[in-house]
Amino acid sequence: MQTKVENNKAWFLVMPVFLIVAFSAIIPLMTVVNYSVQDIFDPYTRYFVGTEWFKQVILDSRLHDALLRQFIYSFTILIIEVPLGICVALMMPTKGRGASLALILVAIPLLIPWNVVGTIWQIFGRADIGLFGAFMSYIGVEYNYASNPIDAWLTVVLMDVWHWTPLVALLCYSGLRAIPEVYYQAARIDQASRWAVFRYIQLPKLTNVLIIGVLLRFMDSFMIYTEPFVLTGGGPGSSTTFLSQSLVQQAIGQFDLGPAAAFSLVYFLIILLVCWVFYTTIMNMQKDK
Amino acid sequence: MPSSKAQAPVYSRAERKARNANLRGRFGLVLYVVLLLLPIYWLVNMSFKTNTEILSGLSFFPDNFTLQNYAKIFSDSTWYMGYVNSIFYVSMNMVISLSVALPAAYAFSRYKFIGDKHMFFWLLSNRMAPPAVFLLPFFQLYSSVGLFDTHIAVALAHCIFTVPLAVWILEGFMSGVPREIDETAYIDGYTFPKFFVRIFIPLIRSGIGVTAFFCFMFSWVELLLARTLTSVEAKPIAAIMTRTVSASGMDWGLLAAAGVLTIIPGMLVIYFVRNHVAKGFALGRV
Repeated sequence: MQTKVENNKAWFLVMPVFLIVAFSAIIPLMTVVNYSVQDIFDPYTRYFVGTEWFKQVILDSRLHDALLRQFIYSFTILIIEVPLGICVALMMPTKGRGASLALILVAIPLLIPWNVVGTIWQIFGRADIGLFGAFMSYIGVEYNYASNPIDAWLTVVLMDVWHWTPLVALLCYSGLRAIPEVYYQAARIDQASRWAVFRYIQLPKLTNVLIIGVLLRFMDSFMIYTEPFVLTGGGPGSSTTFLSQSLVQQAIGQFDLGPAAAFSLVYFLIILLVCWVFYTTIMNMQKDK
Repeated sequence: MPSSKAQAPVYSRAERKARNANLRGRFGLVLYVVLLLLPIYWLVNMSFKTNTEILSGLSFFPDNFTLQNYAKIFSDSTWYMGYVNSIFYVSMNMVISLSVALPAAYAFSRYKFIGDKHMFFWLLSNRMAPPAVFLLPFFQLYSSVGLFDTHIAVALAHCIFTVPLAVWILEGFMSGVPREIDETAYIDGYTFPKFFVRIFIPLIRSGIGVTAFFCFMFSWVELLLARTLTSVEAKPIAAIMTRTVSASGMDWGLLAAAGVLTIIPGMLVIYFVRNHVAKGFALGRV
């Protein structure tokens, strides 16, 4: 790391970014804070209610359920996507035309609009017109994501794995590409097994990208909205109603601005907190090594 | 001497083992890619069928190959304007993000200044804010400044997650450029703007390409904000697609065709940056 010059004039270079993000982040956030302490009937009739909404939200059992579902969901997809992504990255060719081709093909799901991802799986999972649904009924599995909560949940997980494993894979792939050939040569001289190469050369080099990958996947899965909305609309029942879904229902569906705003803030804080815990734990684990 | 003789077969066995593992890897990768592409293939397949054929049974190839679904999209301006709108606001977002992120990333990679670390973290924390949180405030903010239902509104709203990402990626790429280049240029009498545009930007071309790709990626796929901030004039294609639900049931063929058309721009963009994308996914900092 080169030493940086101390220069406060650099603020002038950062100013545009600050202004543009502040316009889109601070003003709306302040609006949310403002709503969260008021009871709003219409734009001209509003009362200050203090922390009442926060109390209500924190004690709300629907929020607890959604939060629990959210955590189970996020951890499930992390447990599947991270190892699978590493495997795919290890299998991808490193040079030549095959490398570019594999890269493009693997990256395709990342560039599909999220609601189209929902649509794809909505079609794919139907027993009458979709291949997956038809296949499941062909092998004799009772499967209907629109009426069975477990099927719906599994379909959402499968969809997420399909959609986002490529991100983990590409992150790991770029991490692997950064390992100098010399390391592998040394391992060959030592006649290290494939597993030893992975465990002692590749995995340590992957830690950095994996941290980014796990954080990104955690944050994004915690905010997931569009795909389950298109696929199941949060149902059947509330089996796939995750946090964003219940927030939108509350804010737009019922127009309960105050509670919805309090909910938003609690939600944002949970994400920040969990990310921070993740980050510091991983960092500490690295330091211990 | 005998020891080297004894070693030779061991080495080749290890090599054979490696080749076997390689083959297994190829097979696994092909299997994964096939599974990955199957749902997309199914969509493409459906887009070339008529609705009666779709509902009458499953087939891997359309029996009556038809382009009518695509014809419908390209002949109806309410449909194809959706694509124009989407591409328009995504491009605007790319231009805005890059032009503000370039100087900022330079500042972060070269200088220490008061609050730099906090600023950087604050930027990234915006990436963690769920869009659902900002839905209503965004709607009110952009309505009150008269930007509702314009392309710039969506472009600005998407900046909240593309700008931090752009700064992050560009900072990684810029840190890879040695400082000596800056210093030499200043000694040669370049002013900062001249140096930045003439020398520095060409040096990190690939980084800029990758950043543009990421901005595209996150702005193109986002629907929630784009849908909330638009009604008619700037409505993105992703939101228009919900129209295929009509009284007579779903128009599956049309929906599939519209879906296929949303995948194509992404594939084009990734094709252009394919050689840099590996580095870009490491955010320039492996």
